[in-house]
Amino acid sequence: MKGRRVTDDAKRSGFSRRSFLRGGAAGALSGGLTTGLLTGEAGAAAADSEATETVGPGPVDVELEVNGATHRLAVEPRVTLLDGLRHRLDVTGPKRVCDRGTCGACTVLEDGRPIYACSRLMIESAGRSITTVEGLGSPDAMHDVQQAFVDNDAQQCGFCTPGFVVATAALLARHPAPSEPEIEAGLGGNFCRCGTYKGIRAVVAGGKGGGVSGG
Amino acid sequence: MADYSWPEADRRAQIGARPARLDGPVKSTGFAKYPSDQNPRGLLAAKILTCPHAHARIVRIDTSAAEAMAGVRVVHVIQGEGSEIQWAGDEVAAVAAVTEDVARDALRAIQVDYEVLPHFVTEEDRDQAPGAREAGERAEGDPDAAFATAHRTVERTLGMPQMAHMCLEPHGQVCSWDGDELEVDASTQAVSTLAGQFATELGVPASQVRIRTEYMGGGFGSKFSPDRWGIVGAELARKAGAPVKLFLERDQEVTVAGSRPSAFARIRAAADEQGKLVAWDSDSWGSGGLPGTGQTPLPYVFSRLPNRRTRHTSVPTNLAGSRAWRAPNHPQACFLTMAVLDDLADELGLDPIDFLERNLDLTGRPDTYREQLGIAAEMASWKERWQPRGREREGAVQRGLGVSVHTWGGRGHSSNCDVTVHPDGAVEARIGSQDIGTGTRTIVAQVLAETFGLELHQVRVSLGDNVYPQSGPSGGSSTVGGVTASTRRAAQDALREVLVHVAPRLEAEPEQLLAEGGRVFVDGDSSRGVSWREAAAQIGGAPISVQGRNPGRGRLISSGVGGVQIAEVEVDIDTGVVHIERMIAVQDCGLIINRRLAESQVYGGLIMGVGYALYEEWIPDPVSGRLLNADMEFYKLAGLVDVGSLEVHMMTGPGYDERGVIGLGEPPVISPGAAISNAVANAIGVRVPYLPLTPDRVLDALAGRGGPA
Amino acid sequence: MRPFGYAAPATVQQAVGLLAAEGSEALAGGTDLLSLLKDDVEPVDRLVALRGVAGLSGIELDGGTLRIGAMTTLQELRDHDGAIAALPALAVAIDGVASPQLREMGTVGGDLLQRPRCWYYRRGFGLLALTADGRSMVTEGDNRYHAIFPAGQARFVNPSSLAPLLVALGAEAVVHGPAGERRLPVEALYQAPQTAEERENTLAPGEILAGVEANVAGSRSAVYEVRQRRSLDWPLMAAAVTLTGSEPRAEKARIVLGHAAPTPHVAAAAGDLLSGQELTSETVAAAADAAVEGAQPMSGNRYKVQLARTAVRRALGHAAGMEI
Ligand SMILES: Cc1cc2nc3c(=O)[nH]c(=O)nc-3n(C[C@H](O)[C@H](O)[C@H](O)COP(=O)(O)OP(=O)(O)OC[C@H]3O[C@@H](n4cnc5c(N)ncnc54)[C@H](O)[C@@H]3O)c2cc1C
Ligand code: SF4
Ligand code: FES
Ligand code: FES
Repeated sequence: MKGRRVTDDAKRSGFSRRSFLRGGAAGALSGGLTTGLLTGEAGAAAADSEATETVGPGPVDVELEVNGATHRLAVEPRVTLLDGLRHRLDVTGPKRVCDRGTCGACTVLEDGRPIYACSRLMIESAGRSITTVEGLGSPDAMHDVQQAFVDNDAQQCGFCTPGFVVATAALLARHPAPSEPEIEAGLGGNFCRCGTYKGIRAVVAGGKGGGVSGG
Repeated sequence: MADYSWPEADRRAQIGARPARLDGPVKSTGFAKYPSDQNPRGLLAAKILTCPHAHARIVRIDTSAAEAMAGVRVVHVIQGEGSEIQWAGDEVAAVAAVTEDVARDALRAIQVDYEVLPHFVTEEDRDQAPGAREAGERAEGDPDAAFATAHRTVERTLGMPQMAHMCLEPHGQVCSWDGDELEVDASTQAVSTLAGQFATELGVPASQVRIRTEYMGGGFGSKFSPDRWGIVGAELARKAGAPVKLFLERDQEVTVAGSRPSAFARIRAAADEQGKLVAWDSDSWGSGGLPGTGQTPLPYVFSRLPNRRTRHTSVPTNLAGSRAWRAPNHPQACFLTMAVLDDLADELGLDPIDFLERNLDLTGRPDTYREQLGIAAEMASWKERWQPRGREREGAVQRGLGVSVHTWGGRGHSSNCDVTVHPDGAVEARIGSQDIGTGTRTIVAQVLAETFGLELHQVRVSLGDNVYPQSGPSGGSSTVGGVTASTRRAAQDALREVLVHVAPRLEAEPEQLLAEGGRVFVDGDSSRGVSWREAAAQIGGAPISVQGRNPGRGRLISSGVGGVQIAEVEVDIDTGVVHIERMIAVQDCGLIINRRLAESQVYGGLIMGVGYALYEEWIPDPVSGRLLNADMEFYKLAGLVDVGSLEVHMMTGPGYDERGVIGLGEPPVISPGAAISNAVANAIGVRVPYLPLTPDRVLDALAGRGGPA
Repeated sequence: MRPFGYAAPATVQQAVGLLAAEGSEALAGGTDLLSLLKDDVEPVDRLVALRGVAGLSGIELDGGTLRIGAMTTLQELRDHDGAIAALPALAVAIDGVASPQLREMGTVGGDLLQRPRCWYYRRGFGLLALTADGRSMVTEGDNRYHAIFPAGQARFVNPSSLAPLLVALGAEAVVHGPAGERRLPVEALYQAPQTAEERENTLAPGEILAGVEANVAGSRSAVYEVRQRRSLDWPLMAAAVTLTGSEPRAEKARIVLGHAAPTPHVAAAAGDLLSGQELTSETVAAAADAAVEGAQPMSGNRYKVQLARTAVRRALGHAAGMEI
């Protein structure tokens, strides 16, 4: 059993973001005090330099890391991270079900945090690290959570499973023994049609989820 | 002649065990490639333009702008000028293009002028329905006289709206042509029957159509045919000379690709002083979209109720036609019947379980139900926890318990399976069935392993392809019986052939030999044996290949099951919000092949049942005629934290096992609506007449009693 | 989605400059905007990404003043122990968005400025959803989730979970635009549109929401949302209350309903009724009744009046620490 660690900074650094993404991800994280928050002063110097370039609607070069491999591809700004993964990179673990940010089938980790890939533009993930269900483990070397899904029969047709596995891994990384409210908050954004919740609950109760930093 | 049977209970290694499903690892790692995951080289993406009006005539359609767009390969008109459209979401044109985004751009460039015609989409009020068709009246005994002399009578108007299958993998397929040969990666429940349907529509021999479905993301009764988008996808691929992927968008999936008919009824039922049912009168109606709907089987389960009259009216609406939905008509019939019986029990001052028990002679399987009711009541601590209606607890949150019973057939379908034993001991089955998430692959492997005395990993199962022997569509809980019977017959025959070759070496008759634990040996003297590998080596250079069929000889399968479910709910009477605390299911399905998978089916049925009991409904807009919730935001599925704690008890052992294998996909989804509605009535003291039990409906019912709101 | 251009400014000034051009729209977490684009509801030529703009993200607790940058994600806010301790009701409002994915993506600014979920609007019939001959699709159609306090032709509801709480608190919105910074009560971010051209927020072209600022000292706030599902689901009704002054008397009470009206609905009369009063089950019940006075439910949403009463009662109960 292995659990891949995905951490924020390790993956973020070392990327040369394309010129159109000048400025990078400057947002401070929670708790951090941002200089000039709400004053509009931040980056004032840069503002006076050249205007920001608009790219697209045609294809734009984007570089991002997917399951540990760096990819560079040209995508239109309108291409979602999900469609880019599925159609351009043939990473088809994440599924497209609602395509509107409600069902969870497309869940991936972006810099370790669970997101709906259908509701993120691929261009917005440039320079970031994406982990899909395939990146957590493989049939021969399953992640603990994947093994637990098998052991507890937490899948029927299996179409919701990739999203559930990723969301469960993120939940257990945050809360190894989650309380009922934590389960509610952590798995409320994924839905299954076949009705596999009993098995998924058993996975969560087993709590063997470490290995993915939930951010 | 050789006969076919299941091993005796004490000789079963695989059957009744709990092995994990074989495709678990590929599914939980995302390595399983579903039809919609196929990305063959040169793939084009196709999208379908649908009509936004519920009833309209196409006056003009202009595709020239779309055709001129860069990246567009084929534009195909499905319904041309003059066509009358009967529901919003019906297919008008299709485009194949280099990407999905370009295909969608092209759809927006197609100009269609419609003459909008009047529509009707809300069938609750059947008096306003144009084109309602009475299906006639059936009567038995003398209901009028029975009602006149009955001790207690209740009359209710109840109903449940149309709901969607909501398969997570949408309907669709990838079509690739190689000359006149078509390959289809389809998300289907019917691998073996699809080819013929494609062939007829496309004018090619069925022998040149290949269907593949290694995995698929849910069907629930809605994925039995190629559908119009299948044929259109194949046409687009043929014209484009390239593979074409066409899967429905979510709004299309919800709108046109599967719904369950609604059912409404005005029902009277009566009982005598002993609490025996004596009369029934129901006037039902419902809609399955444009085709209307057939009669639900009323009264349900208690079908031998003596004096009864039933009438039914089919109400067509301007909505896409319904499809078979897990246990067609049964959840509706179950809710309508069990709710009325529950209210009658209350009227009689009887515990509903007691009331049901007094009337079990009116059912087809009184002994089964009696046993199951006892077990379910025990599991629910019914005696200690059940209270008559109207004894409210302090505070806003009220608790209640409800019960329901159900039945289903579930006989195995026609199935053929090839079993091959290779001289090196390898064993494989090929079967033109499909694993729609029920575990078919695993179950076939278990039957193989059981028969040859091997471990699961020593056998191989190939399915999901119509090059394998024909096996029926997965519907109506018919798969497990069909595939296990055909596999068992083939495997037993193949084993007998092997044993004929091995017998001389062990100086025994073939009939004296057993294959167990990876060995072949003489019954009663296990020292006289050889390993399975050695045994197989005796067959010579060529493999043994045998086809097994269902139906066939031997008592391997049967039909007819019973089940009992109990729901425990909490209702917040100030908000009308219902929460499931606990669901209990007691179910029989004859001989169980895989306990774990069988339980998963029942859990799944309970969960889907919570969905339609509390949340799920099609919401058609009377103004525009469109569905207002063709999405997953306001079409609400039950989530993990909404289903409470679930407990399943499978009936096994003597009385059940010897019946043989019976299907299980449908039965557990039949009772939840009724059980939950009854639990809510028990909690709040009044019947909420409609499903799903949304806060508005609960508060309305409470207001009718003079409560809040 | 139709084709669109994309710009990723580094500074607020650049963002404001880009957004001043017609057809430009701010992209925050994208959880709402992408759906709007997929459904072809709003025409957009260019998205201006705020993700890389400096100074829009972060949380400051400065004495009794809580400042939250607009690009702060809901999860970052939820994980900020200081902010949650100062304003526990935030946790209730955020946890109601029962999806870690949405909380990780969705931003405070996006939550406040997300567009209405009205199913007529989302199907392209416009915010007012009028038929060609000017009839309301909402009143004639299915309005189970719509307003009980319609405002003119506007019958959708404001969907934000944060807005009622911030309005109850009297929080200020900090807005940057071509003309520089302006501050306004969060309440004033919203309006009920009366023409097809108007939006439901008052931001002018080129303006962005930079963040919100609230005084959280000396008051007790609570949020109560009625949801059908515990999994991700919209509230059917929500109430936020802020009580100022020492217990048991409330010197001032602000009561705001969510999912009741096209804007966060300030139940002024109900608040006034409680001001200076001791909170008892009687005064609370009277306030709950006052909160729904003048409600104009439609054919399918009468039940929401009852929900509003309950939500107000329970929110007040939580704020006052009493069993209601
Ligand atoms: C099924 C479902 C259930 C949900 N339930 C809830 C719920 O219960 N409560 C709740 O509050 N939310 C709920 N949400 C909404 C979710 O919280 C929002 O989608 C999210 O907060 C929007 O944030 P965002 O950053 O993704 O916004 P975006 O989608 O990026 O933007 C939304 C809108 O705001 C504008 N905008 C964003 N930021 C700024 C800014 N700084 N300045 C100017 N304009 C800006 C954008 O231009 C756009 O028009 C739900 C969503 C879904 C899909
Ligand atoms: S009032 Fe509601 S239904 Fe009508 S347009 Fe606005 S959001 Fe849509
Ligand atoms: S496909 Fe992304 S949330 Fe449903
Ligand atoms: S396993 Fe089929 S949808 Fe979850």
